Amino acid sequence: MFYRPEKLKVYVKRVFEEMNNIGIGSFPIVAIISVFIGAVTTVQTAYQLVVSYIPMSVIGQIVSDSTILELSPTIMSLVLAGKVGSHVASEIGTMKVTEQIDALDVMGINASGYLVLPKIIAAMLMFPLLNIISMVLSIWGGITAGNLSGILTQAQFMEGARETFSGFVVFFSILKVFTFAFIITSISAYQGYFTKGGALEVGASSTRAVVFSCVMILVADYILAQLLLK
Amino acid sequence: MIELIKLNKSFGEVHVLHDISAIFMPGKSNLVIGASGGGKSVLMKCMVGLEKPETGNLFYDNRDFLALDYAQLREVRRELGMLFQGTALFDSLTVEQNIEFPLKMFTDFTKREIRERVDFCLQKVNLVGVNNKYPAEISGGMKKRVGIARAIALDIKYLFCDEPNSGLDPITSRVIDKLLKDITEEFQITTIINSHDMKTVFDIADKIVFMNKGKIWWEGDRHNLLASSKEIPELGDFIKASFFV
Repeated sequence: MFYRPEKLKVYVKRVFEEMNNIGIGSFPIVAIISVFIGAVTTVQTAYQLVVSYIPMSVIGQIVSDSTILELSPTIMSLVLAGKVGSHVASEIGTMKVTEQIDALDVMGINASGYLVLPKIIAAMLMFPLLNIISMVLSIWGGITAGNLSGILTQAQFMEGARETFSGFVVFFSILKVFTFAFIITSISAYQGYFTKGGALEVGASSTRAVVFSCVMILVADYILAQLLLK
Repeated sequence: MIELIKLNKSFGEVHVLHDISAIFMPGKSNLVIGASGGGKSVLMKCMVGLEKPETGNLFYDNRDFLALDYAQLREVRRELGMLFQGTALFDSLTVEQNIEFPLKMFTDFTKREIRERVDFCLQKVNLVGVNNKYPAEISGGMKKRVGIARAIALDIKYLFCDEPNSGLDPITSRVIDKLLKDITEEFQITTIINSHDMKTVFDIADKIVFMNKGKIWWEGDRHNLLASSKEIPELGDFIKASFFV
């Protein structure tokens, strides 16, 4: 995969195309899940806080910390494992079974480099951006849900959120999605690239890509937490 | 010129190619015929580098294809064109983009030069007005012609066609046959065609190689094919069955 590209210009263009497919194409689903993650976490945290002497701003603190640290990066990546992972595996798998990858090989093009590398680079660039958007929208969702349901005001929410905010947590969150992006695209591309057979096997590869990606995301999540949160 | 010397290929316990030796000359349409499972496709895959034979040699104009390093291999592969049985057109690209693809990857042509070359290739295969269509929007015969146009987009020296007439009606098959013959002679390409179609064999073959059970049983030209079929029962059966079909 890491041989010198035939023409760098073509590869750079491919990276931008994939950034559009993977990044821009995933924005709507990321936006929707993020808003609801924040909203639901706020409502459920308020439901669990039954002691009256705890200030309501704690809800803002819990919601912002948990969404930035865990919910945004991990749930977003699990959802994208389904969307991006299945797309990558089925695209490459279909190309494999219809001999399009053989056609690239016969032309003297490094097929894995041409097809897989731009997807990995694009995902590793776009996932952190999507994660930043997801964090912001989650917090906005939390504030909105708090306001609409009368649980807490925006000021209370932000007071709590600012109290324990740490730049390292944001860095850690971005590091996580950076790792998850690599996991999703590499596993899915591998599953697609080694598809043999026909349409049924493409579907099976796609399913395997999503399942393996999800499991590996959770494993990597745990390992990163163990390594960096001490 | 392509020269094969004692090529052998196995998949596990199954020995698919046995000591295959042959010479294919430029400007000639070389047809490899034989029943399904006889080893034709595996031989073609070995010749284009999609499979690696265990033993033997394969020379492209005296360049030992199996001993080349990655960079040298890529150079030789740029001289190869292949028409796949299922055409293998990139379905996310239009007809025009499919033909442009090798030009953009391997040449420093300007946009205008690329457009001229694409038009030239499409003209060669008698296709007009389909530039912006996707492979899913054109017929099987058109796809084959686009496949040929893509294969010849670069100045290739060797053209491989795996069952170029499969799935086509008899009239379109003759059009494809003529196209392959004309391109081979005009550009002095070494063309190797895997085929079951005896009409193709009698129409365009300059050299015929009959493969059965992974071995070459007979080679010659179309003028002595029928005579030889009486001496080699397997060849005779293949020809007879083809005609009845």
